[in-house]
Amino acid sequence: MSDRTIRLRRLASIATLLASVGSPAVPGWCGEIPPGERRSSYDLMSSELKAMQDDETANPGTFWVLDGEALWRQKAGAADKACADCHGDARASMKGVAARYPAFNAARGRPIDLEQRVNLCRTEQQKASPLAHESKELLALTAYVARQSRGMPIDIAIDRMVEFVEAGRSLFRRRQGQLNLACNQCHDDNWGKSLAGNTIPQGHPTGYPLYRLEWQTLGSLQRRLRNCMIGMRAEPYEYGTPEQVALELYLMWRARGLPVETPAVRP
Amino acid sequence: MTRALINVPPKAKRGEIIAIRTLISHVMESGFRHTNTGAPIPRDIVTSFVCTYNGEEIFTAELHPAIAANPFITFHTVATESGTFEFKWTGDNGFSATASAAITVE
Repeated sequence: MSDRTIRLRRLASIATLLASVGSPAVPGWCGEIPPGERRSSYDLMSSELKAMQDDETANPGTFWVLDGEALWRQKAGAADKACADCHGDARASMKGVAARYPAFNAARGRPIDLEQRVNLCRTEQQKASPLAHESKELLALTAYVARQSRGMPIDIAIDRMVEFVEAGRSLFRRRQGQLNLACNQCHDDNWGKSLAGNTIPQGHPTGYPLYRLEWQTLGSLQRRLRNCMIGMRAEPYEYGTPEQVALELYLMWRARGLPVETPAVRP
Repeated sequence: MTRALINVPPKAKRGEIIAIRTLISHVMESGFRHTNTGAPIPRDIVTSFVCTYNGEEIFTAELHPAIAANPFITFHTVATESGTFEFKWTGDNGFSATASAAITVE
């Protein structure tokens, strides 16, 4: 190797180091899937499953969307207010909202996801008890809200959340569990290859809450993340923990530009 | 709350073969599962589905424990005259649900 090559390599590595130190606004570009290659796992499904997701009368997720529509208008809590009393018609007021979540909550000083946003409204505005994670009501409301963003590109404004995106990214790249695996080893480095009988997806959370045939019900992204962690034989994070939200945030930021599919169908 | 989603073409030509798609919300608890403490979870499934076209039975199905939650049943028939399709699901614990859809045949 000539001196010149070595010098060039050194320069390149210093430049990389500077880039990673000097520009925290673009965390994790290194090793990330380039925008042109980002694919929703919709593309990996059979034509039958795609048809099931696309046809609202065949997509079981529609049940939750319809339940959510009813809950939206139903008065609740000591304040006797319905979501619709403040937000009006969800088809207009909630359009694009799910494509921006998790979003920064100034009062809490950290990002909150859609489930936490619904529960904040319930406790602060409706004076009602928060809904349990994975309860039919919370899934119905989040599915209904997210449905209003169907087809819109995921667009997370991370300016106030850079440190949380970084935290999510480091969780994504942290080896954990008895199999000593990190999320990125499958979903960044080996997507498109086979794991047992399945094609490894890129892991973009475009359609949550979604109807998973394996679950025979609708489930949130946090449930799916817990699934993956159990598969890695790691201790799954509890629902609603900052780790879960940081991972959700990083994954949504990583999927920026892909259209929202809620309620999606997955095998 | 039980919900049913029906997809029947609103219009068809006489003699045309049409597809009918139905989806009903139901847990379809098989009766073979147990809780964490070992107590059996009792069976709770839809056991039968009937479709009538202007009162005449055109399709029936018996459902069994191996069928997944939210059963999706699709079948074909020949559009003979304008009228109504009536759908009825019955099951364990007195479960019963109905739905209907109209068709115009030209």
